[in-house]
Amino acid sequence: MNMRADIAAKAYRGRTASIGFAHGPFVRVDAAPHGGRAIGAPHDEESALRTALASAGQQIATLARTAGGEAAQILEFQVALLDDEDFLDPIHTAILGGTPADTAWTVALNALIAEYDSAPDEYLRARSSDFADLRDRVLRTLDGGEGKVLEIPSGAVVCAEDLPPSQFLEIDWSGGGGLALLRGSPTSHVAMLARAQGVPMVVQLGSVSAAAETALLDGEEATLELDPTSERVGLFQKRRELHRKNRASARAILRRPAPSWAGEKIALLINIQRAEDLDHPDAQYAEGIGLMRTEFLLAGQTGLPDEETQYQVYDSVLRWAGNRPVTIRTFDAGGDKPVPGFTEDGEANPFLGVRGLRLCLKHPDIFSVQLRALARAAVRGNLKVMFPMVTTPEELDAGRCLFAAATEKLQSDGIPAMLPPTGIMVEVPAAALTIERFEASFFSIGSNDLTQYVTACDRSNGSLATLIDPLHPAVLELVGRTVDYGKRAGISVSLCGDMAGDPRCIPALLSCGLRELSVNPSALAQIKQTIDGLSRGGSRD
Amino acid sequence: MLETRKANGEVITGSVRLIHAAGMHARPAVKLTKLAKKFQAQISVRASDAAEWINAKSVSKIMALRAARDSIIEIKASGEDAKAAVAALVALVSADFPDTDQ
Repeated sequence: MNMRADIAAKAYRGRTASIGFAHGPFVRVDAAPHGGRAIGAPHDEESALRTALASAGQQIATLARTAGGEAAQILEFQVALLDDEDFLDPIHTAILGGTPADTAWTVALNALIAEYDSAPDEYLRARSSDFADLRDRVLRTLDGGEGKVLEIPSGAVVCAEDLPPSQFLEIDWSGGGGLALLRGSPTSHVAMLARAQGVPMVVQLGSVSAAAETALLDGEEATLELDPTSERVGLFQKRRELHRKNRASARAILRRPAPSWAGEKIALLINIQRAEDLDHPDAQYAEGIGLMRTEFLLAGQTGLPDEETQYQVYDSVLRWAGNRPVTIRTFDAGGDKPVPGFTEDGEANPFLGVRGLRLCLKHPDIFSVQLRALARAAVRGNLKVMFPMVTTPEELDAGRCLFAAATEKLQSDGIPAMLPPTGIMVEVPAAALTIERFEASFFSIGSNDLTQYVTACDRSNGSLATLIDPLHPAVLELVGRTVDYGKRAGISVSLCGDMAGDPRCIPALLSCGLRELSVNPSALAQIKQTIDGLSRGGSRD
Repeated sequence: MLETRKANGEVITGSVRLIHAAGMHARPAVKLTKLAKKFQAQISVRASDAAEWINAKSVSKIMALRAARDSIIEIKASGEDAKAAVAALVALVSADFPDTDQ
């Protein structure tokens, strides 16, 4: 019974980013925006560009109409640029002289982008991302797509070099399917999205050169198999069935009372990116929301969300939670989460740059809109608010000052609002080491960034995966210090990073004294099971 | 602040102080070029004492002016509706690019 012998030639092994199984059509998504475009005669190229510009102009005008406000004005600038003869004439001339349309367009836009990138004025520098957006939109349109959206059949195994979060969100995963990345990292933003939505995902598959009709993606074994034989499909289905049974028993565990360890109750909460994550069938078993990220309000839109839009989202989450606590984290943009018109361009080390609360304090106008929405939401439920990337107590004070001012303004205008308990993410080593200096209402340990900063490993760099170890004694030391201080001072401490959702890390976290963990809804059952197992093991002796 | 004069029978010129807080940025630049395009006349502008005149109908050129707050924008136009064009553009800048349906 040599099972190895019949492993298909087209099998690849990578690393697990999100557990689960997918069997479906194999779809390659290539990053190169203009792969197979045939180049025509100069005259055809010239008219191809004219058509693409007209079509892009219409797309943008439509977007501008629906976006309104500041975004509309910025988009109007793109429309105006598409109607600027001084700018377009040299491009048309170059094309008629024999340069392919996409090359001429890209060269001209890149020159403009470089010019704006080097502008002394921050506002002008920020405009360069508008030009990049316009450049890519026209290139996509030139490629034949009418601003084509990815067309992925339901249940497909999507294979790409890497995938930006915006593209992941464009794909409809409701019919199953999975994601196979040749590069990528389990700690990337896309991986976090995949885990949150329960989409199986394998990264670092190396080179998958073959084309195929169908594929098997096994998020547990971290394998991708192309055009599997019926025998292989049979084996795959057995493994998937086993996994399903395990899930079913996990669900039974979720219905049991809260777990405890060393005689103390362990509170399990969930992390969410957006209100839709609460649709996960396991979410209802959580004791609350330990982390609601808000950066996704900034993405996928053509502009920064206004106060009402934000308030509606926060309010819907608080309504879902009822009396349960909901901790919302203010915008954590920057680092690997750039937001045009908000985050800094061209930082050499964005993870060490103006991100999180630093960025918000730099843009009090944008931050205040969020704080107003949160202060209004605070009267609607059990809301707590936390600031990310805090280094010094002065930053916490500055943030709280803005928060108090926003709340007072609302109240004096007769709008129901209150200042909710305000805490900080503990993720900068300097904050963890001087935790007693922070007069926060609560602490939430962000173990992903804490590990990244303590081990000096960029968490988006896959080749450092073995070094960026959340169980490094230095990381656990800082977790332990924070928990100890919290106990002494009567301030609650929780942990909301990926560590909390990793069964291997649970014994260490419980030993550090943590009694509150926040995990993705899809990890809730497994972590509860893990803690139950540990406490049964502990009660035997 | 508003000063239009007929230079030599054909070219109309005017100048106006840019009071917009952010200077000649995207929104004002789009408004200025949109308005300029409503006229047949050839219209050029320059900021303060720049040597070069640029096409008032080109948004990329207007942005590239990088005219700061309080700089003087000079406008010149030639053609049939040159006078109306200069008057309209001076009015737009001096009124700080209002949101109106022209």
